[in-house]
Amino acid sequence: MDIADIHKNVKLLVDGIPYNVDDLEFTKPGKGRAIYRLKLRNLIDGNINDRTFHSGEKVDEAQTTYQQEQYLYRENDHYIFMNTETFEQLFVTEAQIGSKKDFLKEGILVDMLMFGDRPIDITLPNFIEFKVLESEISIKSQTISPQLKAATIETGAVIGVPSFIKEGDLIKVDTRSGTYIERINKK
Amino acid sequence: MMDDECQRLLPLSSNLKQRALIYKLIRSFFEKRDFLEVETPVRVPSIAPEPYIVPFDSDGWYLSTSPELHMKRVLAAGYRRLFQLSRCFRKGEQGHLHNPEFTMLEWYCAGVDYRQIIHHTEELVVLLASAFGFNTTIRYGAQDIDISLPWPRITVRDVYMRFAGWDPIATPDPLRFDIDMVEKIMPNFSKDRPTILLDYPAFAAALARLKPDEPGIVERSEIFIGGLELANIYSELVDADEQKKRFQEAIEQIQCERGKQIAMPEKFLRAVPFITECGGAALGVDRLVMLLCNADSIDKVIPFTADTA
Repeated sequence: MDIADIHKNVKLLVDGIPYNVDDLEFTKPGKGRAIYRLKLRNLIDGNINDRTFHSGEKVDEAQTTYQQEQYLYRENDHYIFMNTETFEQLFVTEAQIGSKKDFLKEGILVDMLMFGDRPIDITLPNFIEFKVLESEISIKSQTISPQLKAATIETGAVIGVPSFIKEGDLIKVDTRSGTYIERINKK
Repeated sequence: MMDDECQRLLPLSSNLKQRALIYKLIRSFFEKRDFLEVETPVRVPSIAPEPYIVPFDSDGWYLSTSPELHMKRVLAAGYRRLFQLSRCFRKGEQGHLHNPEFTMLEWYCAGVDYRQIIHHTEELVVLLASAFGFNTTIRYGAQDIDISLPWPRITVRDVYMRFAGWDPIATPDPLRFDIDMVEKIMPNFSKDRPTILLDYPAFAAALARLKPDEPGIVERSEIFIGGLELANIYSELVDADEQKKRFQEAIEQIQCERGKQIAMPEKFLRAVPFITECGGAALGVDRLVMLLCNADSIDKVIPFTADTA
């Protein structure tokens, strides 16, 4: 595709490596060619590269697909997923999971972004329910804002919850912002 | 009204008021100097073929990429001083300094060359700054910029020798020229003064005239302030044969690189022999407003960009 058609978050294939376009700066001095400065994130190792392109250049879009995977468990620095149709297992590195590990709960289904047969990124469900493992009774020093206190959920992540939440409660969390939504009342 | 649009538009109010004032001041600046304000068509049957300016099609015609050809046709009839605030359209130009639809201030003055037009530009910016309460220093971003006259001038050859280590006049290389401009030249401009670049290589001439006795150089200037490319200035080319030759080359390049047919602007070429020696400028009004309002992106000085229209 033409470099002029690239926008943020398009996935490109450069020298055989898939990149996400994290940022794009358009400059066009005088009557010359447009210069596109791209911040590219290597989807395999997470490294950031800056690359400059000019108008008229062609780039290849990385051919990626999504497939549904179930998260099974963590082993050392790998996260192990299972394809829900073929039952094949996939290993994803900690670097690829990044901060999403905070809400990666055993058993949940995720959309796995694949480059060929290589997993490169996961998309969590927008809302996931978690059990609260630890949340001490509201004492001033532990409140993180006037309305919220800290609570540890079953993945080990700490989020802000209202003061009425107790250990053992089930809560719904928005995984995009990492914020508490509501308490789930068990029947 | 939708809340989010309200939240976006209301904070722009002071910039939009300043913008309206800038229009008023620009008009009075040129009227005082005996320039006639004209309006030429926004939808046009032909445009100047330029390799890196892409037009929007409009039912077999184009949306104007620049008012230059039509203003020069008016000059050819014998008018000597013209200015225009016009909307221009350029496909694909979008970023924090670009919107595909933007406002250009364009003026032409008979009997002068690019040096006199540079003076006009300096005077205009200084006048606007003083109307906004700045004396000789404006603040853009976190930077104070001394705009006292005259602004520093440097030739394209000198600036490339100094910051890129090569001479684009002696060894013309258009691709390297454009990339180095962005990566090596512009980042090295002094932050606290405007920069006036003079005397471009002939391959970057477009509609500017060749410098007498200096082969390979055209009388073209670009003015930069605070990292913004503000104005493009020419001693205008009034040689119809030379103009036709350059257009032909551009048409072939566009055909070859973009696979697009652009028609030769014949009516304009017929007018060229009647254009008197003159100088002219194209100044980006949105960027001028950004500079005077200390706005870091174009969406802060117009109510709607291509993304929000």
